[in-house]
Amino acid sequence: MRARWAWTLTVIILVGILFSYTQDELRTTSVLSFSLRVAIPLIIAAMVGLVCERSGVINIGIEGQLLMSAFAGFFGAALTGSLILGTLFGIGTGLIMGAVFATGAVAWKMDQIISGTIINIIATGLTSFFYAQGKTLPASTPVVAIPYLKDLPLVGPVLFNNGLFTYAAIIIVIFLQIMLFLTIWGMRTRAVGENPSSADTSGINVQRTRFINVTLAGGLAGVAGAYLSIEAAGTFERGFTAGRGFTALAIMIFGAWNPVGAFAAALFFGLTQGVASQLQADEVIDIPPQFINMLPFVLTIVLLAVVAGRVRPPAAVGKPYEKD
Amino acid sequence: MSSDGPAQTDLGFTDPNPTLGPKYGRVKSVAIPIVSVFLAFAVGGILIYFQGVNPLTAYRVLFESALGDSEGYLRVMQKSTPLIFTGLAVVVGLRVGLFNIGAQGQLTVAAIGAAWAGYNFDLPAIIHLPFALGFGMLCGAAWASIAGVLRAYRNVSEVITTIMLNSIAIALVDYLASRPFKEPDQPLSRTPLVSDSAVFATFGSIPSGFVIALIVSLFFGWFLIRTTEGFRFNTVGLNPNAARYAGISVKRTVVLAMAVSGALAGMGGAVETMGVVGRFEPGFNAGLGFDGITIALLARANPIATIPAAILVGILRTGANSLQFETGIEPEVVDVILALTLLFVAAPIVSRYIFRINAKRKSKSGAKS
Repeated sequence: MRARWAWTLTVIILVGILFSYTQDELRTTSVLSFSLRVAIPLIIAAMVGLVCERSGVINIGIEGQLLMSAFAGFFGAALTGSLILGTLFGIGTGLIMGAVFATGAVAWKMDQIISGTIINIIATGLTSFFYAQGKTLPASTPVVAIPYLKDLPLVGPVLFNNGLFTYAAIIIVIFLQIMLFLTIWGMRTRAVGENPSSADTSGINVQRTRFINVTLAGGLAGVAGAYLSIEAAGTFERGFTAGRGFTALAIMIFGAWNPVGAFAAALFFGLTQGVASQLQADEVIDIPPQFINMLPFVLTIVLLAVVAGRVRPPAAVGKPYEKD
Repeated sequence: MSSDGPAQTDLGFTDPNPTLGPKYGRVKSVAIPIVSVFLAFAVGGILIYFQGVNPLTAYRVLFESALGDSEGYLRVMQKSTPLIFTGLAVVVGLRVGLFNIGAQGQLTVAAIGAAWAGYNFDLPAIIHLPFALGFGMLCGAAWASIAGVLRAYRNVSEVITTIMLNSIAIALVDYLASRPFKEPDQPLSRTPLVSDSAVFATFGSIPSGFVIALIVSLFFGWFLIRTTEGFRFNTVGLNPNAARYAGISVKRTVVLAMAVSGALAGMGGAVETMGVVGRFEPGFNAGLGFDGITIALLARANPIATIPAAILVGILRTGANSLQFETGIEPEVVDVILALTLLFVAAPIVSRYIFRINAKRKSKSGAKS
């Protein structure tokens, strides 16, 4: 029933986009590109939450992981003068933060929400303390247009004329969808998240699976963080992830813990913001900018209230595994 | 509080005991936070050392500016007051198994609410003070109740909603302070000063807000342990299933606890506005709500232990400014020290490696599907 609801909405939105494209080509393209840029970090961050929760671990610390890796990515790139090294710093920091979180939430069996909160507080403290002004990136990230595909109407300029992170995000989503549902790793991961005792009985090492997955998910947070500072903003400011790590968790829920579903949810989320800012810029609607800033957060709460009762999280999520 | 394994229910509550780590004896539950604070200072000292400053000098500057004279004491008390309230707000949530990360938003909304009630009316002080304070608390409670109701009736995680409500609150008060509530003919977006009849006075060198905070902490120490409602709070937090069998309405308790939590955070914002700042200015109270989380965990969800925890954070926050002024060290070093303290307290690092407590919990395996 929920699926039909989601499909109806998708069709309505697609028709709306096509109609708007026939009316104003340029503006539609620019709104969609903007929406995609909003959606990309949310998509990757939602994958972090998804891999963790499918393994039975709630990761509230995504925000902190994003912040730390955005910090490491930006200052890594600024100090070494290489965007590639900076990105690697970002991903490495993400992995470390993932391992730290896994140590608390999995190995030490601490409360997962508290562990995540500690990650967030540490990340805020460290990035604020070591923050330095006046650093700049050595270059801006290249825009890679994909031959032939980029000439397609509408989807060409929106989807196939982007920075590398955007393509990476799309590949990550498809990769995870396949991995989760068609591979042994995916089956084990879901087993550990749904029914760890049975998984344990059938010979899966629950603790190790969770630890590895949570750590690797940290690496994904590293990708998202590096995207934010290196490709999207080209700078780093204190606390500049601005709650994206939490919004990503909501997006994961809208997507029913399904990578492609979360992708669609993030695009929808980006689109609402894209449309709202365009309407604001065109002075079609005249509302104070603060209300535009509020929009993503209000939308998150409203959608959660609508959707939360209809989707089911992995059964063992939030519970440290104790052997009987 | 028992130390059974985490009991998960359809509402998704977890036993608050795992939240706060294993239960220790009375001595250890005091000793562990203290050792953690010292360890955090040691690690913070290393950071300061690498910034080219002698850590001992830096810490002396920090503590002298906070505790060196009566003016320092006054500032510490002013700084600690809202922190006691936000700490209590998080404590009340934790007791019911709720994690209120939204004390910041509740406090901000209440601060502007109290400012509006303070400047917009002309009443005798005996009515105006409780009215403005009450209005602020009401704003905080209402703001938190959004998350409470969604948690109880729609099963939406209060962690995500309270965080979202924080961001919404920042945008909302920014709008209110720059448009409808703005002080006329002023470039800054801030509200007018509250009337004299709505100002919490400072008696001698003791701000009355601080005294109120102490009384409220003691009240909650009594309330959570000695009253029926407090018993309901704890029971729902420990095991919602058992609570339901005992005839306690879990939903009602969740909504009520969240409202109380928001009212407490709101009290912090109102007292800050009416006693220290005198008006609402956006950004003036940034971080007070988040420090509340640190304080609540440091106090291990004990309302009375919230007082020393909040005063410690108040001292650090007061001293941080002079630290930057006199030694050039970023005041954010305090954030690092607090984060490390929290890490040492919440993670079994100190208990396991210093006190050699085996943090293993009995797993009696509660409700399993």
